[in-house]
Amino acid sequence: MSVTAHPTPAGTEAYEPVFTGPTLEQLGEIIARYPTKQAALLPALWMVQRARGWISDRNMAEVAEVLGLTPAYVKGVVTFYTMYHQHPVGKHFVQVCTTSPCNICGAEAVTKAFLETTGAKELGATSPDGKRTVIEVECLGACGFATPVLVDDDFIESVTPDKVPELVRKYK
Amino acid sequence: MGFPHKPHARETVVLSKYFGDADARTYKGWVKRGGYEMLAQALTMEPAKLIDVVKESGLRGRGGAGFPTGLKWSFMPKEKKKPHYLCVNADESEPGTFKDREIMRWTPHALLEGSAIAAHAIQAEVVYIYIRGEFTEPWTFMDRALAEASAAKVFGPIKIYLHRGAGAYICGEETALMNSIEGKRGNPRIKPPFPAAAGVFGMPTTINNVETLAAVPHILKQGAAWYKGMSLSSPKSTGTKLFSVCGHVQKAGNYEVTMGFPLKDLLYELCGGMRPGRTLKACIPGGSSVPILNREETESCLLDYEGVVEKGSMLGSGGVIVFDDSTDMVYQIMRLARFYAHESCAQCTQCREGTAWTTKILERILAGQGKMADLDLLLDLSENMTGKTICVLSDSCAAPVVSGIKRFKNEFEDYIAGRRRPVIMA
Repeated sequence: MSVTAHPTPAGTEAYEPVFTGPTLEQLGEIIARYPTKQAALLPALWMVQRARGWISDRNMAEVAEVLGLTPAYVKGVVTFYTMYHQHPVGKHFVQVCTTSPCNICGAEAVTKAFLETTGAKELGATSPDGKRTVIEVECLGACGFATPVLVDDDFIESVTPDKVPELVRKYK
Repeated sequence: MGFPHKPHARETVVLSKYFGDADARTYKGWVKRGGYEMLAQALTMEPAKLIDVVKESGLRGRGGAGFPTGLKWSFMPKEKKKPHYLCVNADESEPGTFKDREIMRWTPHALLEGSAIAAHAIQAEVVYIYIRGEFTEPWTFMDRALAEASAAKVFGPIKIYLHRGAGAYICGEETALMNSIEGKRGNPRIKPPFPAAAGVFGMPTTINNVETLAAVPHILKQGAAWYKGMSLSSPKSTGTKLFSVCGHVQKAGNYEVTMGFPLKDLLYELCGGMRPGRTLKACIPGGSSVPILNREETESCLLDYEGVVEKGSMLGSGGVIVFDDSTDMVYQIMRLARFYAHESCAQCTQCREGTAWTTKILERILAGQGKMADLDLLLDLSENMTGKTICVLSDSCAAPVVSGIKRFKNEFEDYIAGRRRPVIMA
């Protein structure tokens, strides 16, 4: 399920470089783990997303420059991996697992509860207050703890629809 | 100890002994439990000797393919002319499987120790542990354990690094994983060359699953004969295996049993059976990529590589998905097909088009707009998706479809003939 809300036309977003000072040093340490600079691409993209919440075209170009790649190559990699956001998302990013094992344990009701409680109109959309984006994901790898939900970096097990309002309140 | 349940008396607890024991996550706690003794010993051993011990134990890859681990290690060049690498596949994403997650979040040092021993055996100086991006909790514990163990200098000359994935099931395929480490799109590579000849960064590489490596220190400690002796049915399947059971059972979770254990006992005794008033309808015994078994096949199945094949499926990763009589099989098979359509890397036509059209046809049937000819069309599509692509993702989509139509054809026909109320798609 891709995130479609809030598309920002390429090149018009506010740009601030990520790789300066300590962050650049940290990237240097990561590059040293691999025989090629290119191998630090996934970690570098994670660093951008951590710092900015998403990865803009301008930041992709920055990563390309730092690692000696082309912006087109970096974009090709970003678009392959579903966890990299190519558009801004809500303050909290909610990912509900709905693959078969969770599906038969009621995951669709959990998704519905998140949409209703947050006010996000549809999957991939952000709530009107900009606070929460809800998506369905394929298998989170915790099928025995259906339904697992990933809110930002917090992995929450055994979520049922009745627990959703409390969770939404927790992630303000 | 045990997690999320206390071990059942019929479990053979080796890998899962410290699940639920937070102290075992720490370096000190792990050493107190005898951890890293085997690594210290292994580092003084000849690599060839280590490979022999693992070969002798009969250990087979726990990621899904079941390839003999010692044999895989022996494919690495004996005379080292280039850097060697070990990649650890911790990209556990196969629906129904959640065992590696438990190993990493409860016993991270077990994986680190097994990885370092394997690295020594294949003469690798660098280990990359590729952890799927969604596994934030296992990552935290692995990262902490790695920092502690590195500070204690237990790995000798071997360097271990964690590498985070970013949401792509296909990166669990070994060559896709290597491309992903190299900073590329996770497209599987054409084989040959095989990883032992040209793997990550074009260098000789071995790639092993988390559970496989976690078993290695135990094999060294208690001996190959001990491991080989743990076999209830086929002598070709040895040791213990973690089975992740999920879906319609009373007590879902990970269960560790000796190879050859009856699936029926696992479901009805260890997992407490079906929910009240429900009966078993179907079971996927080895993760979503393997054929679906019906009730009779499930209840007579022995859990080892050969036993599951005999029933028409595969042991795979040991992810057991249980469906009771309330399940709409057509809907669940569509849901699995949708998973593969979403996860296809799209480089092979058969897979890119096949997974997408399979999903569309199944959705059409569910919507009450199917034709009887659609079943033959699905089988024809599946035939063209099997054994014709670079990796087996396409085959994995075909497996539940073909086995599902074979065993639950009446459910498909009910939708097509209008005997069942159509499903409104979300």
